[in-house]
Amino acid sequence: MSLGLTRAQWLAVLAVLVALALLPLGLKRFGIYMLSLWCVFVVAGHGLNLTMGYAGQISLGHAAFFGIGAYASALLVQAGWSFWLALPAAGAICVAAGLVVGFPALRVQHHYLAFATLGFNVLAWLFFRNEEWLTGGNFGVRNITRPALFGRSLDGDLAFFYACLALMAAASYATAWLLATPWGRAFAALRDNPIRAESLGIDIRAYTLAAFALGALYAGVAGAFFAPLVGYIDPSPFHLTHSLAFMMAIIVGGAGRFFGPFLGIAVLILLPEWLRGISGGALTRIAQEWYLVGFGVLVMAMVVWCPGGLLGLAGRLRRRA
Amino acid sequence: MTQPLLAVDRLSKSYGAIRAVHDVSFAVAPGEIVGVIGPNGSGKTTLFNCILGQTVPSAGAVRFRGTPLTGAAPLAVSRRGIGRTFQSLQVFGSLTVRDNLIAAAQEFQGSMAARLLAPSDAGLGARADAMIERFRLGRVARHPAGSLSYGQQKLVDIAMAFMPDPALVLLDEPAAGINPSLVEELRALLEGLNRERGATFVVIEHNMDFVMRLAQRVLVLAEGRLLAEGAPETVRAHPEVMEAYLGA
Repeated sequence: MSLGLTRAQWLAVLAVLVALALLPLGLKRFGIYMLSLWCVFVVAGHGLNLTMGYAGQISLGHAAFFGIGAYASALLVQAGWSFWLALPAAGAICVAAGLVVGFPALRVQHHYLAFATLGFNVLAWLFFRNEEWLTGGNFGVRNITRPALFGRSLDGDLAFFYACLALMAAASYATAWLLATPWGRAFAALRDNPIRAESLGIDIRAYTLAAFALGALYAGVAGAFFAPLVGYIDPSPFHLTHSLAFMMAIIVGGAGRFFGPFLGIAVLILLPEWLRGISGGALTRIAQEWYLVGFGVLVMAMVVWCPGGLLGLAGRLRRRA
Repeated sequence: MTQPLLAVDRLSKSYGAIRAVHDVSFAVAPGEIVGVIGPNGSGKTTLFNCILGQTVPSAGAVRFRGTPLTGAAPLAVSRRGIGRTFQSLQVFGSLTVRDNLIAAAQEFQGSMAARLLAPSDAGLGARADAMIERFRLGRVARHPAGSLSYGQQKLVDIAMAFMPDPALVLLDEPAAGINPSLVEELRALLEGLNRERGATFVVIEHNMDFVMRLAQRVLVLAEGRLLAEGAPETVRAHPEVMEAYLGA
């Protein structure tokens, strides 16, 4: 499928991929790890962007799906499964969870739905923390090994980065493809005007559930890669605060915009780490100390003045120029 | 009369002690244009909502093509081939005009799973383009519907209702809030759809000139009851209608 891109646009996509592939060659271990983390979070971000940005279903449970994927894959691999079998299994578990979480969305919307999904995240987090027999509780799951592919180990940082990059490329293509099908239009119709959508034969119940299931699938698959990337998981990365962070990243990047997660996750994940890593004068120290406050203000400003996020802002400035 | 396309039999809707619609019966034949008039609060929109599944009637029955429709959900009603517009503008603001039109008909093309593998326009591009041409929306076809003027959005809204080629369309105040030249254009468009495609519609309208010239038959509601029914000139001359609604 061409996805409506011109030859020049495809070449630009290819150039970006090549640049991303070459980028870690000049980076140290930590830099490669951060880039890998960005790739994994972008995949999860695509999921939330589908659920919230495109289909208009607010979700504060995304970190829980991410955690379910991470735990499912890690535990299955430790039980002797191949990672490449554990990966779809984790995705399938998340789809099932997404369908269950999607049901409240059939009855409530907006802040009520936010509370319902928030409750799910809290429940999942309590499960990760309290069910020690399965999840290891606060001690977590240790020694999560990285997989091999076609007999080649992905244990090295660079090798696993390329696996994460391939995952991000595949997930991005799948998202673009999905949005180019009639489903993408149905999601937009559901977000813009569900009553009108229903009067035009659009099954808003089915598309709502699909939006949650797909969002959960992306988060689950991302979580499955997150576990071997970090090598150890405990409940903390799957706390409600991380669902809020995912949501803020999507809003800041541009909800309902394809490149929103790339930008939003970069601002959320890479920028603070870069700020933490650099040393400099007073200005740098201020940036390091006030980053989160600045990020919060940025989110509020985006919601009030630029609901299209940074990408929407860039578009507005381009049109004005 | 051959079997009516739509038959409403003694339909009532009460909200506590208030009877919004009371014992209303009428039928619509295939290819007919029926106007519904009445003062504000006479029950016109509630009648539409009862037919279209937005509201469950307290009593009475609705039949479409001879089969019961009473209490069916809006999705089922639309899938049965009944389109509608709402009193207020209802377009998909972020989608282009062309995408609004395709969205209006795509769910009638195969199953949900099949649409995942369908081309982006669900095979409806040509139909959407023809509708764009008919409604003279070519200049704004690639613009987001939400960015258009009220009148243009109104045209998009109405065009969307006709996109799936429904057997029956219920239009709720299509001429409200648009300028007189556009009202005339709209009347010509609706007459064209009726003449060329045999489109059947029921139109709620306050614009007397518009509805009297467009409709072949007019129903008059007052305080939830059917006050009069007949050809526009008959209704216009009906003494009770003149007293209750036309104010003459």
